[in-house]
Amino acid sequence: MTTAGTDNPFRFLGCSEIQEILGKQAEDERTLAELLEEVPLDSIYFHTHSFFLRHRFIERTYPNDFAEWVGEQVRDHVLAERLSVVDPFEYSSLEALREDVVSLIDDHLSGLATVPRAGFGTPFYFSRSRILEIPTGWEVRTLREFRAAIAEVDVSVIYFHVFEAHLRLQREENDFSAWIRNGLQLSELADRMRALNPYLGSLERLRSNLLTMCDEQLAKGGQE
Amino acid sequence: MMIGELEQYREVAPKGTIDFLRRLSDLVQGKQFLHVSAVRYGGGMAEILRRLVPVMKALGIEARWEVIAGTQEFADVTRRIADGLQGRPHTITNEMYATYLDITARNARALNLDADLVVVHDPQPAALIDHRKGGKWVWRCHLDMGRPYRSLWTLFRRHVVKYDAAIFSLPEFAQRLPIPKLLIYPSIDPLTEKNRELSRAEIAQGLDRLSIPKGKPILLQVARYDRFKDQLGTIRAYRIVKKHHNCRLVLAGSGVLHDPEGEAVLAEVQEAAGNDPDIHILQLPPEANREINVLQRAASIVVQKALKEGFGVAVSEAMWKGKPVIGGTAGGVSAQIVDGATGFIVHSVEGAAFRIRYLLSNPGVMTRMGATAKEHVRRNFLITRHLGDHLTLLKLLCSE
Repeated sequence: MTTAGTDNPFRFLGCSEIQEILGKQAEDERTLAELLEEVPLDSIYFHTHSFFLRHRFIERTYPNDFAEWVGEQVRDHVLAERLSVVDPFEYSSLEALREDVVSLIDDHLSGLATVPRAGFGTPFYFSRSRILEIPTGWEVRTLREFRAAIAEVDVSVIYFHVFEAHLRLQREENDFSAWIRNGLQLSELADRMRALNPYLGSLERLRSNLLTMCDEQLAKGGQE
Repeated sequence: MMIGELEQYREVAPKGTIDFLRRLSDLVQGKQFLHVSAVRYGGGMAEILRRLVPVMKALGIEARWEVIAGTQEFADVTRRIADGLQGRPHTITNEMYATYLDITARNARALNLDADLVVVHDPQPAALIDHRKGGKWVWRCHLDMGRPYRSLWTLFRRHVVKYDAAIFSLPEFAQRLPIPKLLIYPSIDPLTEKNRELSRAEIAQGLDRLSIPKGKPILLQVARYDRFKDQLGTIRAYRIVKKHHNCRLVLAGSGVLHDPEGEAVLAEVQEAAGNDPDIHILQLPPEANREINVLQRAASIVVQKALKEGFGVAVSEAMWKGKPVIGGTAGGVSAQIVDGATGFIVHSVEGAAFRIRYLLSNPGVMTRMGATAKEHVRRNFLITRHLGDHLTLLKLLCSE
């Protein structure tokens, strides 16, 4: 456990997203599965990961666009619930995530006599992300500075270092826990931050959890 | 607007936003960003551009805004084009089309269209793309083009496909195009007369001027008198509610001068209201921003139950004032309301009545939903988010 800062500072990056409409739309669950197979991976990313960037404050009933559409527009609550438990953090790639979502919908449809459709609801519109990485200028060397930055940064910073890190680094560690572990050598705190599941809340809740963890560590004393 | 004025948004934007926008603008310093539109005043787009352009300048972007000029014939043709793109069965004769192209060419000669990114708003100036000299060009469509009149769209599409991208307000407003179709939601400016904070005294005085008595919860609908806005449906919902709650209904819309359809709708609304002293039907001038602000802040619940709607930014305006909104599924209304969190999405008059009754019976829920609604708008529908979208667009397109 260190009492001082590190020579290896943490540089906070944020991001901004532009949504591109793909012009593909599904009005029933079979079409949803068929289009899921052909859309670019950026679209899978948009509807599962950056869902949280768009819903950064209010926690939604379902944690991805597919589950939300099936639950709220098709009103097929069984499939919506099954899609809700698909945790993108458990997949090593977007391709693997895509395959599992398609297979889950196919399995659900195989047990039904008719294909559920949106009916009076709106169709599912496929989109994809165009993400721009933005340096924030925040650079910290101690846990206290880290805590101060987390409290002040644009919430896209939290998204970038937790959600984007998962895909970028292809590992379970997020950028925060990696730096806390390797830079500050606070492995217990790093383990707690690593265990945070970002899919079970909003980005603001995630920010709040990170702050609580920092405060508890700082309260133990000896940390700068 | 100087940098100090940009700082005013720090008080209303989400945490970290202003610093984040400054960093984002660092990536596009010195870039030229040109907006071209048909009008400088009137309409939500012009309202937002009047603030966006100076803010971008303050951030070090060479932002400009050009407005095209035209004749009465040109205005008539472009009105037909805009109506046709929104589904009305208008045709354009060869002569009309020649007028459109001729006036466009004259504008192209008169305007400085050199920029790294040129954003052309709506159909009126869209054919300027034929005179492009350089830079990236994007067509920004503010209309609901979900079901355009086919022959007119075929004619107009030949201009749109020459752009590098098109921007729409909702996925369902877009048509099939071979260029990238981007989505950017409209926004509201929290510092304008329509949205700024008002004191209790200002609200009370405003209600007095509008002859709206106090003492009963106000249900409010702000919409022009148009059959698609369904004021009659709102009156029916109010009557169901009125059996249980002593409330007041205020219908506020812009005047119907020179608009026969609007006059007819207004007459029907007045007839439906009968002599109920608790129904107030207001005709406001287009620039009645202060009055709308007063009404939205005085209301308990805002109803935007249109049958057909564009993006419907009035929903965000009401939510910004901390009011729960009960809205239909048309246009962008359901993109703004989070059902059950910031208000309710309803599908019928009865549904609207039920949700109004529920909220009036549970003032705590009403207050909580209103507070959530305001935070939702703060993060998603303020001009600061819109500014970030434009800076991102500039960076992404000009780096390609």
